Amino acid sequence: MTSAVVFKGVSRHFGSVRAVDNVDISIAEGEFFAMLGPSGSGKTTCLRLIAGFEQPTAGEISIFGQSAQGVPPYKRHVNTVFQDYALFPHLNVLDNVAYGLMISGVSKRDRHQAAEEALELVALTGYGARKPSELSGGQRQRVALARALVNKPKVLLLDEPLGALDLKLREQMQEELKALQRKLGITFVFVTHDQGEALSMADRVAVFNEGKIVQVGKPEDIYYRPEVPFVADFVGSSNVIPPHVTEKVTGTRATASVRPEAVKLGDSGLPATVRATSFLGTSTRVSLELEGVQMVALLAKGQNIPEVGEHTHVSWGEDDIHLMETADE
Amino acid sequence: MSDAILDTGRNGIMARISDTLWRNPRLTVLLLLAPPALWLGVVYLGSLFALLAQSFFSIDEFSGLIIYEFTLKTYAELFTPANFDIIVRTVMMASAVTIAAAIVSFPIAYYAARYARGKWKAIFYLGVMLPLWSSYLVKVYSWKLILAKEGILNWLFETLHLSWLLDAYLSIPIIGGNSLSVSWTGTFLVFLYVWLPFMILPIQAALERVPRSMLEASGDLGATPGQSFRFVLLPLALPGVIAGSIFTFSLTLGDYIIPQIVGSSRRFIGQAVYAYQGTAGNIPLAAAFAVVPIVIMGVYLWAAKRKGAFDAL
Amino acid sequence: MHSDRASTGLKIAAGLGLAFMHLPILLIFVYAFTTEDKSYQWPPPGLTLKWFAVTWNRPDVWEALTLSAKVASISTVIALVLGTLCAAAVSRTKFFGRETISLLVILPIALPGIVTGISLRSAFNLADIPFSFWTIVLGHATFCIVVVYNNAVARFRRTSGSLVEASMDLGANSFQTFRYVILPNIATALLAGGMLAFALSFDEVIVTTFTAGQQQTLPIWMLEELVRPRQRPVTNVVAMVVVIVTFLPILGAYYLTRGTDTVAGQGK
Repeated sequence: MTSAVVFKGVSRHFGSVRAVDNVDISIAEGEFFAMLGPSGSGKTTCLRLIAGFEQPTAGEISIFGQSAQGVPPYKRHVNTVFQDYALFPHLNVLDNVAYGLMISGVSKRDRHQAAEEALELVALTGYGARKPSELSGGQRQRVALARALVNKPKVLLLDEPLGALDLKLREQMQEELKALQRKLGITFVFVTHDQGEALSMADRVAVFNEGKIVQVGKPEDIYYRPEVPFVADFVGSSNVIPPHVTEKVTGTRATASVRPEAVKLGDSGLPATVRATSFLGTSTRVSLELEGVQMVALLAKGQNIPEVGEHTHVSWGEDDIHLMETADE
Repeated sequence: MSDAILDTGRNGIMARISDTLWRNPRLTVLLLLAPPALWLGVVYLGSLFALLAQSFFSIDEFSGLIIYEFTLKTYAELFTPANFDIIVRTVMMASAVTIAAAIVSFPIAYYAARYARGKWKAIFYLGVMLPLWSSYLVKVYSWKLILAKEGILNWLFETLHLSWLLDAYLSIPIIGGNSLSVSWTGTFLVFLYVWLPFMILPIQAALERVPRSMLEASGDLGATPGQSFRFVLLPLALPGVIAGSIFTFSLTLGDYIIPQIVGSSRRFIGQAVYAYQGTAGNIPLAAAFAVVPIVIMGVYLWAAKRKGAFDAL
Repeated sequence: MHSDRASTGLKIAAGLGLAFMHLPILLIFVYAFTTEDKSYQWPPPGLTLKWFAVTWNRPDVWEALTLSAKVASISTVIALVLGTLCAAAVSRTKFFGRETISLLVILPIALPGIVTGISLRSAFNLADIPFSFWTIVLGHATFCIVVVYNNAVARFRRTSGSLVEASMDLGANSFQTFRYVILPNIATALLAGGMLAFALSFDEVIVTTFTAGQQQTLPIWMLEELVRPRQRPVTNVVAMVVVIVTFLPILGAYYLTRGTDTVAGQGK
């Protein structure tokens, strides 16, 4: 399979800040690839490196096998959906969408027709004459998408495209984006700080921290088998078990992770004290203290909920504990 | 459009220049900056340095020719009683105008920033903007009309049978004189009038940045409206007042037209500069005089910067 | 606490302040119609329109007006080019010395006009440049740059950087991006800046007295009349016309920049 985007030892430094630090990625053609991480972790800079808004300080980026070294953004058949959508305020929706075609010299009739089709694709038929300021946030987001897709890019870059939408709209757009990507078969590179979004949409996820990629893998691997404590903590807030506790349970001295929903409370296991409980609807969240370590258990509806201050015992299934790299303390 | 993902071929001359600019962001900035920087750097700064250089020359008292030799003699001349008087007088006037402008401006700026809404906001804005931008000379001229002996102000005092009051005021030494148009009070009024908008705008800008909730918080914490004003609003408006005072002070220091048209025969710095460079032909002394407002403003700006006044500009 | 209602005292103080700023200018309008031609007598003994005709037929007024309009036009064009370039550079990147550039742009207007004037004059003398139309323009363009710059820089700041990136992303090179995205977005700000620069130049007198030779711009003509009044009625009419002529660009600039964060008067 061809690689759509390949990073080889890419770094981007701003002065003494290493925004992206020696990153290697290989994104396959037709893949829905998510870059996940907290703000300032370098994921957006990676996206901007692919788009060509930034040039790497070191390393090499190739797009479909061609070196992107020194190629300006307007010569890359890669398009971006911006976080703030960046719709041109002086143009109406149709001309916004047709902008890329206008620049490449497509006749007015043809480009307007293509733009109409792109608007149809994002379910905005008939909105062409409006100004961006007259649209809602969700509609602007669709226009931005149409404006990028109309150019038939080989890679579509999405920079936190759903960040500004409210929860309900966001969930709806997640599904639509995913369906669109399947239908068009375009490589999507998607930047987000929302782990739920990344896990539910992407074929593969790269987790960023401090300019480096700490783990790349399928959503299930990232969720159930974090390789480093950062991933365990950032993705779905797993309990990170320090080596001395892990040793008591498994015999191996290593940091480990256990998902809150896998934690059982009962008469057997390690002694723990209940510190707080909060009702979440379908489940109850129980905060525990175990040998000076904070843990969280998520108890499904119907289970016994302990009182605050109660002493209890904590256990989990053998498969539920996942060992990470040995003692990094 | 080719099928290639990266278009490395497409190349008009403009496209090639554009590529070069993209690869060299510094070059781009340099090219953008070069024309204005050259203009201001060469034409303007060059001239300023030329002026500064002249102030270190002196003039031969007998021949009236400039002696092109470095000397501080010209600066020493600034401290002769007659010249030093001019400097003190100008600084006093600039201070008085600045303080008066701050007092008159405050209610206008405060009302515009806090109470005026919608249409009234626009009226206040234009109400300050139009006088700011209308012709300086016309504004001065209008005061010549107002202050003239046969003008509206005297007429007003006469009609109200208050001429005795005006005469009593004019008989006060220093600020009085034969009539208002040849007194310092007249000069002061015109200065105040002409520079007032420069004080209102920054104060208004500073006050608009004070969130309403801050005053409510102060009230909530038990402050009377007066105390809120004294301890919350005034300190927050201060940077605006300082920013405004930079204008009123600087503009008064350098003006030579207003005191020439309305005022007594005693000179201000601007008039001294004008007279020395013109009829007297003493360019070095004129240059040294011109350095005085630069130095005063330099000190003033440095102090204002420390107070954070530039954020309110 | 009635925080939404202004006290009567404040209203009166604010109203008096506004009146103080406007009444003198309105007075000029009355004087333009007075029949008295020897003094500034108030109230006017009678009203007449004849001074408008007299002024209309005065070649010196027309010459001064034409010169001022020419100087203002050319200075505005130069200021537009230089001010926009400077604003583009400053808003584009955080380069070293950015503050210095801002200071340099503001300096010609922050320093007293007499300093700018005498500096230019002594530089012309040193360089043996004879006074001409172009020496006036040189001075005017220098202090007009800041007006354009302030308007443009505010708009550049508001025009988000991602618009430029979006344009490039969609295939437009730097020049196409300027033509199709940047220019349409800053056009009204430039127009406003240009109008204000024109008004500033049209009205300038302090620097001009130092950089003009025998030429008389309209403000210099007025200054002569102020110092040595000869034709009071004509001066009254010219003053009124000048007020009206400068009001138009100010109102225009206000409407162009309304609702944006540009304050049209910044930097005068």
